[in-house]
Amino acid sequence: MRQSKLVLTRRQALKAVGGAAVAGLAVRGFPMPALAQGAPLRVGFMLPYTGTYAALAKNIDNAFRMYVAQKGDKLGGRAVEYVMVDDQAEPPKATENMNRLVDRDKVDVVVGTVHSGVQMAMVKIARETGKLLIIPNAGADAATRAACAPNVFRTSFSNWQPCYPVGKVMADAGHKTAMTITWKYAAGEEDVVAFKQGFGEHGGKVVGELWVPFPEVEFQSFLTQIAEKKPDGVFAFFAGGGAVKFVKDYAAAGLKKSIPLYGPGFLTDGTLSAQGEAAEGLKTTLHYADDLDNPADKAFRAEYAKRYGAQPDVYSVQGYDAAALLAIGMDAVKGDIKAADAMHKAMRAAKIDSPRGPLSFSASHNPIQNIYLREVKNGKNAYVKVAHAALADPGTGCKMT
Amino acid sequence: MSAFFFFVQLLNAVQYALILYLVASGLTLLLGIMGVINLAHGVFYMVGAYIAYAVVQHFAIFWLALPVGILIGLALGALVEKLLLSRLEGADHLSQVLLSFGLILLLNEAQRIIFGNDAHGVDVPQSLSYSIPLSDTLSYPVYRLFVCAVGLLFIAAMGLMMAKTRIGMMLRASAENRDMARAMGIDVQFVYLGVTAVGIACTVLAGVIAAPIASVYPGMGDTVLIQSFVVIVLGGIGSLGGALAGSLLLGLVDAFGKQFFPTYAGFLVYAAMIAVLIVRPQGLIRVRGA
Repeated sequence: MRQSKLVLTRRQALKAVGGAAVAGLAVRGFPMPALAQGAPLRVGFMLPYTGTYAALAKNIDNAFRMYVAQKGDKLGGRAVEYVMVDDQAEPPKATENMNRLVDRDKVDVVVGTVHSGVQMAMVKIARETGKLLIIPNAGADAATRAACAPNVFRTSFSNWQPCYPVGKVMADAGHKTAMTITWKYAAGEEDVVAFKQGFGEHGGKVVGELWVPFPEVEFQSFLTQIAEKKPDGVFAFFAGGGAVKFVKDYAAAGLKKSIPLYGPGFLTDGTLSAQGEAAEGLKTTLHYADDLDNPADKAFRAEYAKRYGAQPDVYSVQGYDAAALLAIGMDAVKGDIKAADAMHKAMRAAKIDSPRGPLSFSASHNPIQNIYLREVKNGKNAYVKVAHAALADPGTGCKMT
Repeated sequence: MSAFFFFVQLLNAVQYALILYLVASGLTLLLGIMGVINLAHGVFYMVGAYIAYAVVQHFAIFWLALPVGILIGLALGALVEKLLLSRLEGADHLSQVLLSFGLILLLNEAQRIIFGNDAHGVDVPQSLSYSIPLSDTLSYPVYRLFVCAVGLLFIAAMGLMMAKTRIGMMLRASAENRDMARAMGIDVQFVYLGVTAVGIACTVLAGVIAAPIASVYPGMGDTVLIQSFVVIVLGGIGSLGGALAGSLLLGLVDAFGKQFFPTYAGFLVYAAMIAVLIVRPQGLIRVRGA
């Protein structure tokens, strides 16, 4: 288990606090902050810093810090201090890790995580303790449905969101029948439910569901079944190494030419260089694309590239917006994070000019956002059109208490 | 299901079995001849895949990765035996498990530092980069057939070596009774060194060959390790023929399980293992003395 902290020397801390007070009083004309609010805001990152998802964790962490840095290293007038916990994407350790941040490290807000299984354990503790939790990736539908809470916000997506519009996209392309293929685990199951709903609403019929045991990547037997059934199109969800292999195998089996492949954007995000030619022409839907023509995205990409020497991706955007949402809450209560109700209210009402386009939040604290249709062109997820504007998760079963 | 698709699934099963055999044979050699449980086996497979990736990155020649992989595999194997395993002679399996688990952590971290966490693809070499059409929707990648051919060659070579050569005889003798073999003048230490080097080189080579179809990503060895253990338990520990039988059984259960019982596909392989363990606890093919 790795953990590191941003340690301030006493002198730096004094300077920061003093600076904050002076800035608050003189420059911005804010009322003098109460003594407790002079202390730095403690942000706890609980992310999978090692393992398969390490790249996602780094991009989320980078972009969050970048937003805070752009705000002069302050949120709601308070300096920011980070505590990092590596959750290793391991659900069995999730409760312990989250408790550590909340009880021992006494953070003011937790930002995390990527893996849905870990996420649900975090949500449970957030509900019990009332600690503010911002989810920068994990898509488990329940986090903003049955398990929703006033202090839990999500800046990424619910699994339902990028998959539901695929149904319409495929129906619009003239497909009447489809097969689905994904790993048999929670996210895959939620994705298929969402796709079937969207496809069914537009007159399509799912003629076969293929379930690959997680995390297996031997697809040949399934591809043979697709070739045998000959649906008009295929809906697939895989990510990371599995997505690379699936897209390549699908093309090598000759299926790409005869049966078009669709899916949520994770199928081709962060994997294009490895997929190469096999991915060209694939159509996917997601709340972000590589060349969205909006000023916020251009500024974001330029700054990110300058700071980190790498191109940002959808995960960076989600981390960036997590910081933007926190900033709105902190500003609303002028740094007094104890004023939880007012803060949550402001965050619920937030309207963010995100790199992904306009971003607001539904009653269950899940993003309302555009879902874009993208097509892989020259190794990029090129923007085609808006597949579904301002899509909100239905939030079924959410009761805010 | 038509006869045609039955045939294709059969091909899928055999093809998958041959890849599994390439990986599992090294594991079964180490366990059968030296009694070493090598949990790091999957990690060496990953090393092979990353070697293929690095070689293609730098020299753009896939075939070069084969000799490079074999050499690095032999060297790694020799190092592991000389520096680590030789100190554990006579120690219990728990020590070996701990040692090889440490190797997993070490090599995984090295991979992370050198290559990072992204998934990579290795292009299929140009000369084999086409597919044979089987039906109007389905074609079969030639590279997969090449992997089958390598697997078959490998089976033949291993079988011949074990049955007909002096080395094979020494191997069998050392496996059956270490002390007696030593008394008969066989340099057991040297045999062990050779077995470890060759066993690990086989695994690395399997990783190199699998890289274009498996793609290259962190932790890719984990599933392979588990499946290899299933294969050798099915087939009978320490037996190359058993590894082949186990691979074929696993390939068949996997391909047809996914076709006919999709809901239980992930579980069927292990159900087959349990069934074999109940009916034939020694595995499909029993090795004398093991």
